[in-house]
Amino acid sequence: MSPALIAALPFIGALLPGLLIRSGRDVAAISCATATFIALLGLCLHIPAVMAGEVVTARFEWLPSLGLNANFRIDGLGLLFGILILGIGLLIIAYARHYLSRQDPAGVFYTYLMLFQGAMLGIVLSDNILLLLVFWELTSLSSFLLIGYWKHLPEGRQGARMALTVTGMGGLAMIAGMLILGNIAGSFDITDILQAREAIQASPYYLPALLLILLGAFTKSAQFPFHFWLPHAMAAPTPVSAYLHSATMVKAGLFLMARLWPVLSGTPEWFYIVATTGLATMVLAAWIAIFRDDLKSLLAFSTVSHLGLITMLLGFGTEAAAVAAVFHIVNHATFKAALFMTAGIIDHEAGTRSIARLGGLRRLMPITFVIGTLAALSMAGIPPLNGFLSKELMLEQATHAAWQGHPGLVAATATLGALFSVCYSLRFVWQVFLGPERQDYPHRPHDPGFGLWSAPALLAVLVVLIGLFPDSMAGWLVAASASAVTGTAQHPHLALWHGVTPALMLSAVALAGGVALLALNRRLLALRAAMAWPEAKAIFDAITRAVTCAAGFLTDRLTNGSMARAFAAFSLTVVLCGLWAFSTGGWQGATRPMLPIQPVPLVGWVLLMVATCCMVAFHRRRILALVLVGIIGLMVSVSFIYLSAPDLALTQISVEVVTVVLLLLALNFLPKFTVIESPDRKRGLDAFIATLTGLGFGALAYVIMRSDFAFSPISEYMLANSYKLGGGDNVVNVILVDFRGYDTFGEITVLGIAALTIFALTETLLAGATGRRLRNWVHDSRRAGDRHPLMLVVVTRLVLPIALVVGLYIFLRGHNMPGGGFVAGLVVSVALVSQYMASGFAWAQERQKINYHALIGAGVIAAGLTGIGAWFAGLPFLTSTYGYVKLPGLEEFELASAMGFDLGVFLCVVGAVMLALNSLSRIARTAGETVNLHPMDIDPSKEARR
Amino acid sequence: MELLLSSAIGMLTAAGVYLILRRRSFAVVLGMTMLSYAINLFLFSTGRLVVNAPPVLRDGAASYTDPLPQALVLTAIVISFGMTAVVVMMALGAFLEGGDDRVDMPRADRLPADSLSADRMSGDGDA
Repeated sequence: MSPALIAALPFIGALLPGLLIRSGRDVAAISCATATFIALLGLCLHIPAVMAGEVVTARFEWLPSLGLNANFRIDGLGLLFGILILGIGLLIIAYARHYLSRQDPAGVFYTYLMLFQGAMLGIVLSDNILLLLVFWELTSLSSFLLIGYWKHLPEGRQGARMALTVTGMGGLAMIAGMLILGNIAGSFDITDILQAREAIQASPYYLPALLLILLGAFTKSAQFPFHFWLPHAMAAPTPVSAYLHSATMVKAGLFLMARLWPVLSGTPEWFYIVATTGLATMVLAAWIAIFRDDLKSLLAFSTVSHLGLITMLLGFGTEAAAVAAVFHIVNHATFKAALFMTAGIIDHEAGTRSIARLGGLRRLMPITFVIGTLAALSMAGIPPLNGFLSKELMLEQATHAAWQGHPGLVAATATLGALFSVCYSLRFVWQVFLGPERQDYPHRPHDPGFGLWSAPALLAVLVVLIGLFPDSMAGWLVAASASAVTGTAQHPHLALWHGVTPALMLSAVALAGGVALLALNRRLLALRAAMAWPEAKAIFDAITRAVTCAAGFLTDRLTNGSMARAFAAFSLTVVLCGLWAFSTGGWQGATRPMLPIQPVPLVGWVLLMVATCCMVAFHRRRILALVLVGIIGLMVSVSFIYLSAPDLALTQISVEVVTVVLLLLALNFLPKFTVIESPDRKRGLDAFIATLTGLGFGALAYVIMRSDFAFSPISEYMLANSYKLGGGDNVVNVILVDFRGYDTFGEITVLGIAALTIFALTETLLAGATGRRLRNWVHDSRRAGDRHPLMLVVVTRLVLPIALVVGLYIFLRGHNMPGGGFVAGLVVSVALVSQYMASGFAWAQERQKINYHALIGAGVIAAGLTGIGAWFAGLPFLTSTYGYVKLPGLEEFELASAMGFDLGVFLCVVGAVMLALNSLSRIARTAGETVNLHPMDIDPSKEARR
Repeated sequence: MELLLSSAIGMLTAAGVYLILRRRSFAVVLGMTMLSYAINLFLFSTGRLVVNAPPVLRDGAASYTDPLPQALVLTAIVISFGMTAVVVMMALGAFLEGGDDRVDMPRADRLPADSLSADRMSGDGDA
């Protein structure tokens, strides 16, 4: 089975509970188990190939330009983790079926579980670090959902949030680290990266990359000082704790360290960071675990401790230590998952997980007692169970390691960790199962049904079997994955008895010390209670609160409801960023000569400057300000003409007309004057900010205009190909309808949406209280005596056909001469608007039946259909074509398919402009504008007839 | 010539920013119009200034203007009309519904700065 399919199967399985929601929880569990089982089967089919040293791969290009490819590989390490994930996943699915109560939605649980399983499987089967990162983030998200599964419990929500914050931040750091790593290696494929050891370790970016990647791995694997989230994640249902927080997810960090072991390990940095962190975590967490009262909390800290142990082994950087690490991963997964499930059973049957309320369960729950004891003894490292074997290997490696030249230091500390481990493991057995029976359990405990104890029992059997026959049970898997970790073939000899070695002596010391410590337990508890320990959750909460406070403080100061304040902050930031960028950008000075200043443009410039100054000075007199806006717009249009941009000039001037009409219509209902509100100081400050921004922006424009292009502009391609590909001489128009037609398509759609928004706003206003207010509106300015003057009416009637013909002409010539759909649409709109102005909105509206909504829709559809037309010729969307046509009686002329697109632009512009003005006019009409029956108020012809 | 255009851009920007910093909606609309002019001219100027060059392909022409910024600015002009229209409509609607044409949130509705207590900060109140 293809590795990609194996990785996809859990995701497919995740859909099944949702689809089969009505069939009950048995079907949900069975369907998930089936998907998991098929994936496991598919994985196991690759065992012979992997054992032979092959790497099974599947490659799909996803975003090759970014180096992100959906490449999967199965090697020994992937196989080991895959079997763990799917095998324990299968057991968890069975266990959860019996664990979840009737009130818990099982479908949701299984969906989350399968999502997590898929994400985790994706991590271990990825052959591309970017793909791996995607799956990595997915595990953080799905574990968030699983930890918070009991949404009604505040501990669940807090624990989920804490886990997401810690692992998510680590994940972010890891993304950065992976990007650096990929850039050093020149590829993001793991296969290639594994070959680049020398280049990576010689790079000056080795240390930053290592630190960032380790940050991700340490947070995920709950290494000190990021260990605190794991115990809080224990608020999750026990199947989740057993699966995510003992067997799989917390091992993702270990997996990553093992995966990148060949390229990252072997340096002093690696040894001191990884091994030290692992050692510290191992001892510290084991010490804390001794005193936990909650069974799951005890197991959580012991998990942290064992994760530290494996991290330390990987940190040693020797091949033998890597073998021991891999072996302990297997052993820890078996005994710890069994222990978590045992804790779940006890919680389920006795009603509490508090050690203080338990004890004497030996006779009441004999099956659970056997399973729990076997697993706990394995955790303590008692022969002949599997935990003993890997602990021996660990101690042996520790005796070989020297920390800063002190050979005994690591071994002594590791033995101390093992000693604590013996203590809490035996405490688990002693204080839960042994001792006198009690009468005050919350429930009367008894062994659960087969469904609940079968899964941990199977694991307990494995614990014993691996312990007794390590070579035949697990040797092959350890060999294959250790070979994959180290990159060289490993043939470890796993055996129960190595003779009397230093490691055995240390083991004996740990065992004896652990028992002694347990005997002192009560005194230790008192001692610990007397000492003040920093509570990690309190620190975490304090940090989160401080950061949120700071963010809230800043946000509320910047956006306190005053638009001016937010805008001022924005302007100043932009100016400061620009200054900083300019001062570090290394501008070499002007390279382009300045164009000579001629007298006519100078006059235009003076006009523009004066108009702008007047506009600011007189902006309180709003109608005057509008007139000045008209002048400024006119000057801008003129400057476009002067600077060889006739298309822009045409567009600007026609937009100017409709904008001023629009503002005038609006001003009809707004106050005509603005009162002075701001104090002088505030206005001075605003003027200062405005001047600063203006200076910055002007200077930027000046610098750009006086510098040569940094790269050759892409418009050279457009100039060269405008006629060849687009069939048009007017390059601007060809860009609009062809080269960048997709942009234009988006833009006319936005324009149409803007017009429809205006229409919708008007509808809402007129329907509500505003409508009633408008109907009783009293105009604050005097009405004109002659609202529809004769001259205007006659002239606009004359102009209308001419304007329409001009619009048509501009539209048709647009492909080869200045013009096109935008300008034509605006010109026609202006012609129509002038009719409204001359004889009134209602009068004109009655005489034309075009629906502006339909016009906008037709425009967008016409443009879209033209684009789709290219598909029928087998070309990409919006590819245009052209040809020459000869009609009888006419000269030969060009027909381009882009014309259909331009027609769409034209229709959309007309529709949008007219709908916007139309909407404003409707407000005026509601406010008691009288509808005239005649085109003009004073009609001389009527007078003459009388 | 470059000096003239860049000073005009700077002047229009300053006028636009000053007007947007006012408190009444109409001034803000005017300011946005000013700022649109400034930005359109700025975008246009990134193609560098050319005087008297043919705007369309022509045999024997030595140089052309840069058509790409022109195409971008052309659509920008039309879109800025759409934006102005929506903002004007919103300003009008706010004035008709609310009775005044201030752009700022009324002081009474603003978040008092000193009420940022710990309960708002600790998420959804789990603590």
